[in-house]
Amino acid sequence: MPINKVISSFDEAVADIQDGATIMVGGFGTVASCPTCLLEALARKGVKNLTTISNTTGFGSDVWKLLGYKFAEDMDILVRNGQIKKSIVAAPVSTIYQNTFEKLLRAGKVEVEMVPQGTLAERIRAARAGIGGFYVPVGVGTVVEQGKEKKVIDGRTYLLELPLKADFALVKAHKGDRWGNLVYRRTSRTFNATMAGAAKVTIAEVDELVELGELDPEVIITPSAYVDRVVERPKDLKVEDKPISQEAIDSHKRYQERGSA
Amino acid sequence: MEEKFKLDRQTMALRVAKEFQDGDYVNLGIGIPVLASNYVPAGREVVFESENGVLGFGEIHTAGQGDPDFVNAGGQPVSIIPGTCFFAHDESFSIIRGGHLDISVMGGLQVSEKGDLANWLVPERQIGTIGGAMDLAVGARRLIIVMNHTTKEGEPRIVKKCTYPLTAVECVDLVVTDIAVIEVTKKGMVLKEVAPGWTPEEVQKVTGARLIVAPDCHEIEL
Repeated sequence: MPINKVISSFDEAVADIQDGATIMVGGFGTVASCPTCLLEALARKGVKNLTTISNTTGFGSDVWKLLGYKFAEDMDILVRNGQIKKSIVAAPVSTIYQNTFEKLLRAGKVEVEMVPQGTLAERIRAARAGIGGFYVPVGVGTVVEQGKEKKVIDGRTYLLELPLKADFALVKAHKGDRWGNLVYRRTSRTFNATMAGAAKVTIAEVDELVELGELDPEVIITPSAYVDRVVERPKDLKVEDKPISQEAIDSHKRYQERGSA
Repeated sequence: MEEKFKLDRQTMALRVAKEFQDGDYVNLGIGIPVLASNYVPAGREVVFESENGVLGFGEIHTAGQGDPDFVNAGGQPVSIIPGTCFFAHDESFSIIRGGHLDISVMGGLQVSEKGDLANWLVPERQIGTIGGAMDLAVGARRLIIVMNHTTKEGEPRIVKKCTYPLTAVECVDLVVTDIAVIEVTKKGMVLKEVAPGWTPEEVQKVTGARLIVAPDCHEIEL
């Protein structure tokens, strides 16, 4: 039987994600590197009490629509739907914009575990690679060291960090084939390639589904053994014409001035 | 009292860029640090790293231009150059944590005389964001902090001991502020340069840590 990991709809791809699941969400924080359609499907499904693992907690579609993106939803869609119980994250809040996550955090409606970005990436990689733990010098002498084993190796102090395990990883790739081989585009590779294979089930949202053999074996970034499902983005996207919030417009202005979302 | 001259953001970035040596691999943080990429001294080839997975990139595009799949750490579209290389996040932080960067430049909130850095949480705001700051502070061979010398209220940001939550301990090598350039050494903080119109004594007055005035302390070179 030919292997076929291709799923025809995003709703079907996330159908077995249950309440209380732990999910990794790929991307850096920019919407271009984010699995938008999978997140929308998860929002439609409405599962609750999710623990998420990601770099940011989203800025909201209004911000991205102002920058001209059609696929504009990021993690904020799960946050504002109240689907997240706890977020394990490197950058939960923005320096110039109060995102929905910050509002919920201040209201005590969501929990956060903040992890330095590189430690977050390595904890995810460790889960993918079957590593039981590792020592990093990052976080020594800071709040991050609380409750962690310290060890001096060659005169330098390190902290023990453990792998981050998850039920599902939702990643965004550029091209994929029916085996699940993936390639990415430029800086949209980021946490997507780090997370692919780190959860029990990896679901890849791709711009383009290609024939097996079409991807150059020398440049495939994610080997197919890491991937369980592949779903292609629609070519023609209907964009809802909703008014954009004043808050997002103000934030966009600050972004234009200061160059940071 | 008349407000004394202070360096603006662009001029601070220009001073930071003077530190880049030929062949350096450099990560620039969000804010003033990213501006330094525009001021690499003529004749020096410098490779910029961005933690979202790229080594070697060119100019920041103006708004509305560029490729949404190619941005710097601040989310700004940047340009591809000969030699550009992309990688995943775990690889990016292997480069950062593994000591493969010559220089990391970041903004700061407080720097102590021992070189401790606080830059991820303003206590009044209660919620902060660590992002990649702790990894960059620990991993780079040389850490340069660029910040205003005092808070808006005039409180020193260069202090004997940090009161804000730390990013990393004993990590800062050089501080570039709007009125001074200070090196962190084993003996203490050495005042090397002052802004035009400032004396070392005047800089000391707005500094919380004791400064050792370098024998050749001079006006900031640009």
